[in-house]
Amino acid sequence: MDFKTALFYILSAILVIAALRVVTARNPVHAVLFLVLAFFNASGLWLLLQAEFLAIALIVVYVGAVMVLFLFVVMMLDINLERLRQGFWGNLWLGGPIAVLMVAEMVAVLSARSFGLEAMPAPAAVAGSNTKALGVAIYTDYIYPFELASVILLVALIAAIVLNLRQRRDNKQLHPAEQIAVRRQDRVRIVSMPSEKE
Amino acid sequence: MEALVLQFFQWFWNLFGLWDALWAVAQPVWPLVWVLMKIVAILVPLMLSVAYLTFWERKIIGWMQVRIGPNRVGPWGLLQPIADGMKLFFKEVLVPTGANKALFFVGPVLAIAPALAAWAVVPFFDGGALADIDAGLFYVLAMTSMGIYGVIIAGWASNSKYPFLGAMRASAQMVSYEIAMGMALVTVLMISNSLNFTDIVRAQGRGWFAEHGAGFLSWNWIPLLPMFFVYFISGVAETNRAPFDVVEGESEIVAGHMVEYSGMAFAMFFLAEYANMILVATLTSVLFLGGWLSPVGFLPDGFHWLAIKISFFLLIYLWIRATFPRYRYDQIMRLGWKVFVPLTLVWIVVIGTWMMTPFNIFK
Repeated sequence: MDFKTALFYILSAILVIAALRVVTARNPVHAVLFLVLAFFNASGLWLLLQAEFLAIALIVVYVGAVMVLFLFVVMMLDINLERLRQGFWGNLWLGGPIAVLMVAEMVAVLSARSFGLEAMPAPAAVAGSNTKALGVAIYTDYIYPFELASVILLVALIAAIVLNLRQRRDNKQLHPAEQIAVRRQDRVRIVSMPSEKE
Repeated sequence: MEALVLQFFQWFWNLFGLWDALWAVAQPVWPLVWVLMKIVAILVPLMLSVAYLTFWERKIIGWMQVRIGPNRVGPWGLLQPIADGMKLFFKEVLVPTGANKALFFVGPVLAIAPALAAWAVVPFFDGGALADIDAGLFYVLAMTSMGIYGVIIAGWASNSKYPFLGAMRASAQMVSYEIAMGMALVTVLMISNSLNFTDIVRAQGRGWFAEHGAGFLSWNWIPLLPMFFVYFISGVAETNRAPFDVVEGESEIVAGHMVEYSGMAFAMFFLAEYANMILVATLTSVLFLGGWLSPVGFLPDGFHWLAIKISFFLLIYLWIRATFPRYRYDQIMRLGWKVFVPLTLVWIVVIGTWMMTPFNIFK
């Protein structure tokens, strides 16, 4: 077993254990941190495939931004562990068959005989930077799917804001432009008064 | 460099006649040893700079406020950081009741590890980076975005109100400024056509001005002037330094995520903060001020130019800390989202259009 294969098994083992702990951890904050660990190991697996751009993008996007916001929300929850566990056995009749079905499908795909995965060409090693290769592919061959995906994301973004935006009447807002434009005459009035005598 | 070091070891151990026996053992692991030696060669000067940056900060702010600053320990107070380090080293690390014990200690580690890991790809002179990888710029972005976990976990695990508020503020602030920072970097990689730091610096050494002996006019800071400011100010916000230090906010939430920490655990956060400051100063120098390049044609390039540029930005860090009052929280958010992000978006379009016209100078 060469070094790369050994590294693959180590990363995969940690990934699987971390993913299991995400589901089984009692404390949601621990679960989020295990998810971060899982992302890190997935990124390591991509590095082994020489996809360094995707690997680092996974860290920047998921670990650096998405999981931080997850943590932000989870930390603010008042977590009642007993209530979280109540529905577990009640939903098992639905969840169990779905899990079995998913495992069966994964095995069917990954065992590869039925889908002919071994006949597919291995990913060609890109000469030089694969960031450039990825950029060229996205902006030439896949330009329409890429733009379409961007527009869908933008729509989702705006929709999320619109759904949550409520104009409150007692909402106080600052207008920095007006604040900067204020002159002394607007705020202070100098009044000349005769001094009072005792 | 590697051959030279090996030659030195050979000469040294041959004095005792041990070289052949030693090399037989050491040869298989030599690449590992060599990388470790390079890591030590980066981290030891970095830690020393961190120590003396704290000293320099107290001195500079002292002078700006017409005080003397630390001057008791050693000549001119020069041993002050060593004394501070000793004090922190021997202090007891207290754990609050009800704190999440494991995460309480993971917090400081997660703060300092990315701050040090990011230095792996920084080039100090031509070819002088520990790992000269293709996606260097992206790697640094990933590592700096990790630093926030230390703050959040420390704030949550302390099981205390002020640290928790600090963690809340940190997660919102750092995520916001990361976006402006990343967008500013997009323009840099557009005009240098690479994510590799060495290539980015080399691209700044080309151009009409560089050929006529005025290299500093060919650096990225002129075509990217707004991005230069956006990047450095976002860097100040990203490292939680004044005037954006609401995460610590001594007058409001005591010291934010660091309230419950003492001794070396507290020192870890400080080391991480100052290492990050030096990192931002270095990256600004490398990306916008030509790294190791000499500003004028008749002087040779070299590491000393980078050191001068880094010191300049660190001075600005301290200067603005001594000058500006702390921003209010909503003002920080406004600056990040409503000023910097639109500005970077506009400048990406400007640079992109510029590169498509016949006046493209970035080839």
